[in-house]
Amino acid sequence: MEYVANKDNIAKRIARMFHNGDVVNLGIGLPTLVGNYIPEGVTIILQSENGMMGLGPAPEAGQENYDIVNAGGAPVTVLTGGCFFDSATSFGIIRGGHVDYTVLGVLEVDQQGNLANYKVPGKMVPGMGGAMDLVSGARVVIAATLHFEPSGKSRMKRHCTLPLTAAREVNYVVTDLGLFEVVGDRFHLREVFAPFTAEFIKEKTDADIVVDTDCRVIEL
Amino acid sequence: MIEKPIITAAEAAGKIKEGDTIMIGGFMASGSPHTVIQAVKEIAPKGLTLISTDTAAHDFKSGRITGIGHLVANKQFKKIFASHIGLNQETQRQMNAGETEVELVPQGSLAEKIRAGGAGLGGILTPTGVGTEVQEGKQVITVDGKAYLLELPLTADVALIKAKKGDKAGNLVYAGTACNFNLVMATAAKLVIAEVEELVEVGEIDPNEVQTASIFVDFIVKAEKLDM
Repeated sequence: MEYVANKDNIAKRIARMFHNGDVVNLGIGLPTLVGNYIPEGVTIILQSENGMMGLGPAPEAGQENYDIVNAGGAPVTVLTGGCFFDSATSFGIIRGGHVDYTVLGVLEVDQQGNLANYKVPGKMVPGMGGAMDLVSGARVVIAATLHFEPSGKSRMKRHCTLPLTAAREVNYVVTDLGLFEVVGDRFHLREVFAPFTAEFIKEKTDADIVVDTDCRVIEL
Repeated sequence: MIEKPIITAAEAAGKIKEGDTIMIGGFMASGSPHTVIQAVKEIAPKGLTLISTDTAAHDFKSGRITGIGHLVANKQFKKIFASHIGLNQETQRQMNAGETEVELVPQGSLAEKIRAGGAGLGGILTPTGVGTEVQEGKQVITVDGKAYLLELPLTADVALIKAKKGDKAGNLVYAGTACNFNLVMATAAKLVIAEVEELVEVGEIDPNEVQTASIFVDFIVKAEKLDM
């Protein structure tokens, strides 16, 4: 079976996890793509850690306002009914459990629900930004990642080797192969994304994966 | 209402002494006091400790530098407290070379540490960072069965903040997400210098709309440089 990395499938599947009115924080990079695939009829409220609710799309060229930026510092817009607040309030919203879902990128994620995504000692030390607060505070934590590192190793591990962003906080991992829930120190495969199979995923992933009896095959 | 001195950016920068701890508002240079930052770069006090959520951008390939990145490139900091330095390659270079000490603080903890510093609190308890490197050297306190880190307050000698509008008494109003860390930093330094885009007479800002109360502000600078 040939594997071709597919970030859009990850974004598509995650976008279907939300319900009307959910407050969602999307990390920079792959998680941002999720915003492109929210199903019709579902309205979510995007929270941006730097101080806004009701995050809208990027402005048209020439309309950029650098007083309204996203968590990556890029100009965005605010939707009708949105609002702004300071950083302490923003993280009060995040830690206080007022954010339903946070979607974050991954360097490593393990079957205990540990996430590492902010530091590769000696190589890359960007810092955690708001990720540690988001992961410890959001009601549901979704780790969004291509299944494999460029080297071909799976990003899903038995044990993270990199410094942790948070311990035991990840609820779901969505890769371009499937959707996994972290339960009882195991990855439970809930959905396989066609054309991949549970056997393929188990073979290629260095972690304990339980294939649920009701595990579904999904076309994205 | 007592009016606050309106000073030049150079006079503002002159209030920072060698070795001071300074806070600078902004998030990736959005909402940073760019006029004062340029003056601090020119007057160039050294050996400073910086408290800021990031050090803006410095891209070696393009040579583009924004906001606080100008002060990092000018090697004015001996220590930096920040949550994210990923878009400033010079900060990372100085850290890896051992030239500048960088202490990474989760963004929400940084905001609360500053808030605690300004609000007279002895620290705050947060679940953020439990079970990670951030926990090292910190007291873990369990409340109702849940573990929290004791994060200690942060204060500064000087805070450089930026508002959209200010009156001559120092009442401030922010715009959009440019409020960010400016609001808490206004409360947590011995000396607070507010750069304002629009300076108005006392009474022209509706008291209901004031976000930072004038009592926190010591000096006002009229913004000249609005790009990053």
